Amino acid sequence: MASRDVGSLEAQMTLTRRGMDRLRSAQATAKGFSTRKPLGAAGAVLVLILVFIAVFAPLLAPKDPYHVDPVGNRYSAPGGELILGGDEVGRDVLSRIIYGTRLSLHVGIFSVVLGIAIGAVLGISSAYVGGKFDLVVQRIVDTLMAFPGLILALAIMAVLGSGVYNVIAALVVVFVPGVTRIVRSQALSIKEMDYVTAARALGCGASRIMVRHILPNTFASLIVLATITLGWAIIVEASLSFLGAGVPADIPSWGGMLSYSAQRYIKVAPWLIIAPGVAIGVTVFSVNMLGDALRDVLDPRLRGTGSSA
Amino acid sequence: MTYYVVKRLLLFIPTLVLASILIFSLMRVLPGDPALLRLVGDTGATEWTAEDLARERARLGTDKPWLVQYFNWAWGMLQGDFGESMYYDTPVVDDLKERLPITIQLTIMGIGLAIIMSVPLGVISAVKQDTWIDYISRAFTVTGVAMPTFLTGILIVFILVVSFNWLPPLGYAMIWEDPVRNLQQMVLPAIALGFYDTCFIARVTRSAVLEVFREDYIRTARSKGIAERLVVYRHTLKNAMLPVITVIGWQFGRVLSGTVIIETIFVVPGMGGLLINSILHRDFTMIQGLVVLVTLMVMSVNLVVDMLYAVLDPRIRYA
Repeated sequence: MASRDVGSLEAQMTLTRRGMDRLRSAQATAKGFSTRKPLGAAGAVLVLILVFIAVFAPLLAPKDPYHVDPVGNRYSAPGGELILGGDEVGRDVLSRIIYGTRLSLHVGIFSVVLGIAIGAVLGISSAYVGGKFDLVVQRIVDTLMAFPGLILALAIMAVLGSGVYNVIAALVVVFVPGVTRIVRSQALSIKEMDYVTAARALGCGASRIMVRHILPNTFASLIVLATITLGWAIIVEASLSFLGAGVPADIPSWGGMLSYSAQRYIKVAPWLIIAPGVAIGVTVFSVNMLGDALRDVLDPRLRGTGSSA
Repeated sequence: MTYYVVKRLLLFIPTLVLASILIFSLMRVLPGDPALLRLVGDTGATEWTAEDLARERARLGTDKPWLVQYFNWAWGMLQGDFGESMYYDTPVVDDLKERLPITIQLTIMGIGLAIIMSVPLGVISAVKQDTWIDYISRAFTVTGVAMPTFLTGILIVFILVVSFNWLPPLGYAMIWEDPVRNLQQMVLPAIALGFYDTCFIARVTRSAVLEVFREDYIRTARSKGIAERLVVYRHTLKNAMLPVITVIGWQFGRVLSGTVIIETIFVVPGMGGLLINSILHRDFTMIQGLVVLVTLMVMSVNLVVDMLYAVLDPRIRYA
């Protein structure tokens, strides 16, 4: 009895110790990351702030972003009743910027997660199964990659019409080929590793090997890829909305805010451009910094794959 | 080399066929009827009957099976006939002939300006590593790659409007009609278009040059007492240009799509406005034609870039 108690106590202590170690190592990692990559850490903090703004948008926004007040606040200058001024129909620019954060991150995160998931599934299975399946998938990927990203997205939006989920769908189609290509090349080398052979010798099925042995080894690259793609997704969404082919005009989005006011009202109301411009710049900058730092730390092989619209 | 080029050119065929099939099915499978859109008109108030709709579909050819429609379209394209615009009823080729040269000029000027500005910037930044010049240029380029093309464009217009009372010109002069006026109009859009790439290529150049600086042959060259200027020009640059050219090749497609945005901002009557218009009007033939042509251009540039490798680096030989 006693020995068993001691045993379980010991086991418990080991567990606690392991937990502490893990916590300490996580802390050390975070600290090491911030000293080695100060810009990356700054990017991470900014991204967290943006996520916070997006989540609590209804609490943070001083006004209803849809509330139209053409009489009182049309082109009202910043600093008055509306902190960042009013737009061409008197809506509060600050509130629209805050809700725009929500839209940018919503579209960005959804499209990136879906794009990475589909790309990973296609890439790994294409590498592992090989043969005709691989050939067909790779030819389609080749073709899709021959289309310039923004033009493909525009063509898809032409058919789907504007809408938040349509933008996400268009972005996913644009992202999947690149992700598939990168994941496939990694899976091809992982496939030849001894532990995969060992797993096969133990009688693991193809799906188990792909999910339990190949997939986890691509995680580092997937995280890096996701961060880099996120910056791109935010730019493409803004570009689509700017061109009037993204989300419907009344939904607050940074690109959309620029499109309506961009040219005609530059002289009358420059704040209509500056506010969303700064929002886009800061967001993309912080996501890029985080992505670059993560890439250097987690997966230097991906150097140079960052791209943008 | 010849064998390689022929092989690559032959590979164009399946890729283009697949691309045309993809873009064609995309335009057909998803909802949206151009015939209906034409009948309803811009206001949505026009009255029409079922016969009108059927007649309109027959005229546009959208009543035929997809397979027939595709082969008609693809067969026409092989003969240089991209079909008729579903909205304006004019041949697509006419519009393309008019608009595409403008976009190609803008793209070449954008990439050209980017190369002219970025390569020296990157080289200086690397040669003067960790001096104030390097820091300023790095801060500049890091900011530049965070700016989407349309933001750069709008900011340039903004600065010009506020400080010089300048407005994007409404008329447009073709380069063969009035070269001076044409260049005046195109320089600003080209700078806006190439700004991201200026910064991106400068970053790539800087790291490529720094990498070459660490090579043994550079140390040898320096120890032989060769002037630093020659070390940079003759020994480093040639070797550092390879990754830079790769990146420029990649960026071509991006710059080409960037013209869509820049043309909208600077009111340049190129392919961009055409594409946006066709999207609004569900002008499927126009979109298909544009996308296929753009794809062909991107593929050709990629081929040229791959061939440049062999010219620049004698170690690379395509068999």
